Amino acid sequence: MTLLFSFIKRLLSMLLVLLVVVILNFLMLHLAPGDIADTIAQTMGGADEQDMAQLRKEYGLDQPFFIQLFQYVLRVATLDFGHSHFYNVPVFDLIMERFPATLLLVFSAQIVSLFVGILLGVYAAQNPNGLSSLFVNMFSLFGYAAPVFWTGILLLIAFSLHIQIFPSAGMRDITIENGSFFVHFFDVMRHLFLPMITLASIFFAYYSRLCRASMLEVLGADYVRTARAKGLSKKEVLLKHALKNSLSPVITFAGLSFSAVVSGAILVETVYSWPGLGTLAFNSIISRDTPVLLGILIFSTLMVTVGNLLTDLTLRTLDPRIKNAE
Amino acid sequence: MEDLLEIKNLNIQARTRAGVLNVVNDLSFSIKKGETLGVVGESGCGKSVTALSVMNLLPEGVLSVSSGDIIFDDVTITQLPENKLENIRGNEISMIFQEPMTSLNPLFTVGDQVSEVIKRHKGLNKDKSWVKAVELLDAVKIANPEKRAFDYPFQLSGGQRQRVMIAVALACQPKILIADEPTTALDVTIQAEILALINMLKEETGTAVMFITHDMAVVAQMADRVVVMYPGKKVEEGTVHEIFSNPQHDYTKALLAAVPKLGEMASKKYPEPMKLVGEGSSKKPQPIVGTEKPLLKVNNLVTHYPVKGGVFRRTVARVHAVEDVSFTIMKGKTLSLVGESGCGKSTVGRSLIRLVEPTSGKVDLDGQDILSLAPKDMREARSNIQMVFQDPFSSLNPQRPLFDQVAEPLRNYGTLRGKDLEERIEVLFDRVKLPRSFMRRYPHQLSGGQRQRIAIARALALNPKLIIADEAVSALDVSVQAQVLNLMMELQVDLGLSFLFISHDMAVVERVSHDVGVMYLGRLVEIGPRPSIFRNPQHPYTQDLLKAVPIADPNQRKSERDLNFKPLPSPIHDLSHDPGPSEYKEVEKNHFVLTTDCGY
Repeated sequence: MTLLFSFIKRLLSMLLVLLVVVILNFLMLHLAPGDIADTIAQTMGGADEQDMAQLRKEYGLDQPFFIQLFQYVLRVATLDFGHSHFYNVPVFDLIMERFPATLLLVFSAQIVSLFVGILLGVYAAQNPNGLSSLFVNMFSLFGYAAPVFWTGILLLIAFSLHIQIFPSAGMRDITIENGSFFVHFFDVMRHLFLPMITLASIFFAYYSRLCRASMLEVLGADYVRTARAKGLSKKEVLLKHALKNSLSPVITFAGLSFSAVVSGAILVETVYSWPGLGTLAFNSIISRDTPVLLGILIFSTLMVTVGNLLTDLTLRTLDPRIKNAE
Repeated sequence: MEDLLEIKNLNIQARTRAGVLNVVNDLSFSIKKGETLGVVGESGCGKSVTALSVMNLLPEGVLSVSSGDIIFDDVTITQLPENKLENIRGNEISMIFQEPMTSLNPLFTVGDQVSEVIKRHKGLNKDKSWVKAVELLDAVKIANPEKRAFDYPFQLSGGQRQRVMIAVALACQPKILIADEPTTALDVTIQAEILALINMLKEETGTAVMFITHDMAVVAQMADRVVVMYPGKKVEEGTVHEIFSNPQHDYTKALLAAVPKLGEMASKKYPEPMKLVGEGSSKKPQPIVGTEKPLLKVNNLVTHYPVKGGVFRRTVARVHAVEDVSFTIMKGKTLSLVGESGCGKSTVGRSLIRLVEPTSGKVDLDGQDILSLAPKDMREARSNIQMVFQDPFSSLNPQRPLFDQVAEPLRNYGTLRGKDLEERIEVLFDRVKLPRSFMRRYPHQLSGGQRQRIAIARALALNPKLIIADEAVSALDVSVQAQVLNLMMELQVDLGLSFLFISHDMAVVERVSHDVGVMYLGRLVEIGPRPSIFRNPQHPYTQDLLKAVPIADPNQRKSERDLNFKPLPSPIHDLSHDPGPSEYKEVEKNHFVLTTDCGY
């Protein structure tokens, strides 16, 4: 199968997942106790029977179930997620404003944790019973034993209260107004550092353990012995023959844990007041802003499915056998 | 001729939980320029470890050279620093390994893997070393090398991968090629091709070969001189003719006695146990006559596996594993099914007891139609047919004591309990010649041969009429294999058992069978009495198969230098494929040859 074909196939299945989430969304709304017209009426300060009927007609609530479902799906497809009660702006605009921040946090955390995890894993695997390996293991254990909000607060206390090198909240310094691109870039990076490290800390723990184990297995493989018998140095064997083979399980796991990174981001954003979807979700829960929550749900689904798509494509380029198995 | 490689008083130690163990003891031998030295011995004798120590590739922290010298080309390589050694490895000394399936990196093309070694040692650039790699692939007889160089290892067959390994090993024209069991994992025709290839390239390049193997027949075919090893030590060394015609050491004698030699049964009508050294040598082996009463009649057995595909997982094609196979096994006799991997011989065995459901056909066991039985009756019928599998390591449950494993069939069928059960198990342990004290042991405490005896005891528990032995001795060392074969033949005489003996080893088959069926691509291409099949093979496939088998006699060397057997076509066909029935012609009494086209 060609790359294009399998890409299209995956894209279609991704759309299917999104459609299912949208339908579930609608069901959640529909099955929730109470009448939506009542809720709207409440925000307007009450209404009589005639106004209620008018409201139902306006919002299409008097239509049969499937027509309503169809209309909802259609609206979502045209990026109409409704209106936020709390912020009083269209949900889509609200999400688009916050989405890049989350995207930045999630992807940078994922990339950093993969990079650091693989580096530590490879390092530890070279001497599996040595001190360095023990250190990596302890470090990893700490990484996934510590709750992310706790790590976050600890880092905050350490690096913005006592040693003031990183800002404690937000994404930009509002005092910088007319800077060059690099000034702004540096500013965002400085704000990004702590939340990203906090979010990455759980995941590079997992990745380094996994990479160490997979590397150890690969180093015992016959083809590694063959490579040594060819006269390649240990370093060449490690970085060319062994590394590529040990990556598949790590990347597979990274793809699977992408949704966990996204949900982890919600906590981290709250701790650092990072202006992303996480804080928005948090605020929407408190203010019962259902349309916003549902919009965020659809967006995080989108993000996770895109993440999985990327994982699949990476694995495909890494391992020619996958192409063959399809 | 001068010595190219000299091993002097080599000692290798293994660090284990139990302490330091000597795996190679005071070993000395040498290899001269251009000669082939065979190093033989059974598993665990230290032959592979010795080879790895020459390359200084012993697994770190587990094995290490504790004393002794290895001198290559007047340089003591045991004292060389790592970077100097790297210049020798793959360049002046190179190695091929046993497992072609795992010895190549799955993520790089074969062209990459061959050109890498040229780039490393010859300093050629990427394009030039690629051109050289393609030439090498051509030299090892890979068809269409320009195109195949872009293939990944998974796209090649086992034989082709071993050819690639040979190309890697010979790329820099080494002075010594170390071949560690290079053909053990391959089918016999592929083995013959690879051996012929190594011999041909050796003659062309003049490289010396250190050929490590457990297979006496391969040694007889390949070696100029032979070193025989027995746990950690060299017990004998000599020219190949000296070793085979006039062995001095008791172990060498025992080893040679245990090897079945193709052709040695030619004058005998019936199979008989092997005469082993030191095992009641005064007793003359008695031929096993058997009876003429049929026990199992198989008619037109067909087994297809569905290949699922598409969005709805429908059957899109079929694997034609067994295609219209018929045979009869007599009471007290052995029918062997031989053929190479993928020929369907194991599927026949499994189909008989409906571990896989046959597509059509008739199986008659002593008057009972097996294939039409209801599940409950089938369960009863299975007690008459028992199986012994190939791998004694994985076919026993590691968590249960051996008593329970042998008792399991009896408990399942509820035939015996309490004291009677215990007595029966004791008798079974006696029968397979294992001490009764083993009943409380676990599988990991036993050797491979002992485990296979347990598997046989388990198969015997229900007093079956037929035992299906699926490659039952293939994983065992020759001396152990001989003992297990003798045990099976003894049980056959004592209990009147019939065997369906499934094997790829022609020499073993010649030793144990009354009748032989040769399978190719799901069909039985030739079937008949053993003497007739081996004396007068009629089907071209049988002829090629016999031609490929190495004979454990240096006086009967194969002269072919360039073998190329027909590669096995795929047994997968689309749904409309109708292969037609198997038709036979009788060439001698009871000796039938397939006349239908089977693809060979």
